[in-house]
Amino acid sequence: MGKTLFDKVWDAHVVDSVKNGPQVLYIDKHLIHEVTSPQAFQELEERNIPVARPDQIIATADHNTPTINQHLPIQDTLSRKQLQQLTQNCQKNKITLYGLGHKYNGIVHVIAPELGITQPGMTMVCGDSHTSTHGAFGTIAFGIGTSQVAQVFASQCLLIQKPKKMRVTVNGKLRKNVLPKDVILYIISKLGTNAGTGYFCEYAGNVFEEMSMEGRMTVCNMSIEMGARGGIIAPDKTTFNYLRGRKFAPKGDDFDKKVTYWKTLRTDADAVFDIEYTFDASDIEPMITYGTNPGMGIKISESIPEINDATFEKSLAYMGFHKGELLLEKEINYVFIGSCTNARIEDFRVAATYVRGKQKAANVTAWLVPGSQQVAQQIAKEGLQEIFETAGFQLRQPGCSACLAMNDDKIPQGEYCVSTSNRNFEGRQGQGAKTILASPLVAAATAIAGKIVTISEEIEEPQFA
Amino acid sequence: MEKLTTILSTAIPLPTENVDTDQIIPARFLKATDKQGFGDNLFRDWRFDKEGNINKNFVLNDSRFSGNILIAGNNFGCGSSREHAAWALADYGFKVIISSFFADIFKGNALNNGLLPIQVPEKYLNQLLAKVTEKPSTELAVNLEQQTLKTPVGEIPFEIDPYKKTCLLNGYDDIDFLISKKEKIEAFETVRLSQ
Ligand code: SF4
Repeated sequence: MGKTLFDKVWDAHVVDSVKNGPQVLYIDKHLIHEVTSPQAFQELEERNIPVARPDQIIATADHNTPTINQHLPIQDTLSRKQLQQLTQNCQKNKITLYGLGHKYNGIVHVIAPELGITQPGMTMVCGDSHTSTHGAFGTIAFGIGTSQVAQVFASQCLLIQKPKKMRVTVNGKLRKNVLPKDVILYIISKLGTNAGTGYFCEYAGNVFEEMSMEGRMTVCNMSIEMGARGGIIAPDKTTFNYLRGRKFAPKGDDFDKKVTYWKTLRTDADAVFDIEYTFDASDIEPMITYGTNPGMGIKISESIPEINDATFEKSLAYMGFHKGELLLEKEINYVFIGSCTNARIEDFRVAATYVRGKQKAANVTAWLVPGSQQVAQQIAKEGLQEIFETAGFQLRQPGCSACLAMNDDKIPQGEYCVSTSNRNFEGRQGQGAKTILASPLVAAATAIAGKIVTISEEIEEPQFA
Repeated sequence: MEKLTTILSTAIPLPTENVDTDQIIPARFLKATDKQGFGDNLFRDWRFDKEGNINKNFVLNDSRFSGNILIAGNNFGCGSSREHAAWALADYGFKVIISSFFADIFKGNALNNGLLPIQVPEKYLNQLLAKVTEKPSTELAVNLEQQTLKTPVGEIPFEIDPYKKTCLLNGYDDIDFLISKKEKIEAFETVRLSQ
């Protein structure tokens, strides 16, 4: 029997197996950030264990960083302390840190791909559930808890059960204005938030084959929102072209040699998945969510389903919505374009293409938070900054920002926010804030209209760069 | 890690489904650099309103219910990988969580902190929730060695990874195990790097 892409990468990293138990999986790259690493460093220190492979760890500061005045000392004492702790831990253990203000700083899942750290066939972990993002490169990448961060520090390995395998295939032609974010929101709305639990999900079909790397990252990023540990897409020409010339990508002959290997990383025709789902691309439309988990999504033109269930009703009550209600024309005062789901250059290009020549609605506060310093630079270089600022959007400095609202970027109590991030949980963007997940295009259109609208004009391929 | 073998306790019912780790411990409480004290902010925004007043309707504030077992709705612990959620539950005093389904990362985090997630069939869960809600003094008995949960709605077996079971029973953790594999790991690296 053939092997899946996931099997090929996984099996190549198994160091040992416990009888009837987990396997010892070797980890190629370990990404860390300020929030989930301090207790792991502490654990090692208390037990007098050194960090095994500091050169395979990359650190960044992102979750808890301010998005304005990053050159000034951080106001919040606890946040400042947490960042200082990260700096000290990295120095002490000789770990590369792209801290606040560094030209490579940014959200962990944005910087590793753009620096070429993420490569096909690798295993990668990070104390953050959206580590699934890196699967876009044909990488096994998944989020871990802090105890596991400590395990990887101590041994460069993880003790883990091999997940089951799932495949989601989407074939056909996507309709106009349907972005990768809509594709994944659609899939999650169909499968629900725990369909993927216990599985690693491969995305296949021409829709993903034709997607850019940025789009594939958006899709894999949200795998965790259907419960899957990670997503994975077979590397191809798009992947190789994206990687070529990036800072940490192999160079010259080494690159070509790697490509030869990377090309073998595909699911064999006779490989078997534990479960398979298939969708038709033409059924997907621009999506929005109406509830408090990412599975509660509908096509923007649809009304909220009528489901009789206490949890469902509790969720609608929190959101202030009713069964059968249409979200179109709903007034919205906050728009957030950012997060590791949709804060790459392509996302800002799409938004700018729509925004160009228009003005944001007076009632709207629109925050644009680039995923990294490099994305921020590119926004300036390509003239997007001017378009956004002329239209009245607020361009801030890179970080996780209102995606989890750990810093000051909080949506006020009771306000709706159309957000390009990945979670619409109660209070995720601030206490009492109500999040509506959408693509960068829907978010941009909401900011212009001041309410949820369908987009009638067709957005051509963005013409920037 | 503390050893866990048997537990006899009353339980707290939380029938809500899809309880995510942002509810268990909101992000604004993740700024600490150690593991202590997270229990104070467990379910913070359900326990207290924005002004910090106690929400009398939330089950943790209902004096009829107590104990170190939490019975939760389907798909408990979804969302963020924050281990702070497991720390908060353990710090508050919970030792066992019963649900019909647990999110992957949460389950692992719980086990790594001596907190036992017990998965039971949906029907059993609903009966148990109803029973405990009706009679808060209902006692539940967990036996990890035997892998059984005994309650007035019946005695049922539960699954646990045999390796994880050994860890919980003895208070071991994965770091000890992995360090004992050092030679194998180094041999693996040598081969891998030469490829
Ligand atoms: S942007 Fe949001 S989802 Fe992504 S790493 Fe930051 S907090 Fe997590």
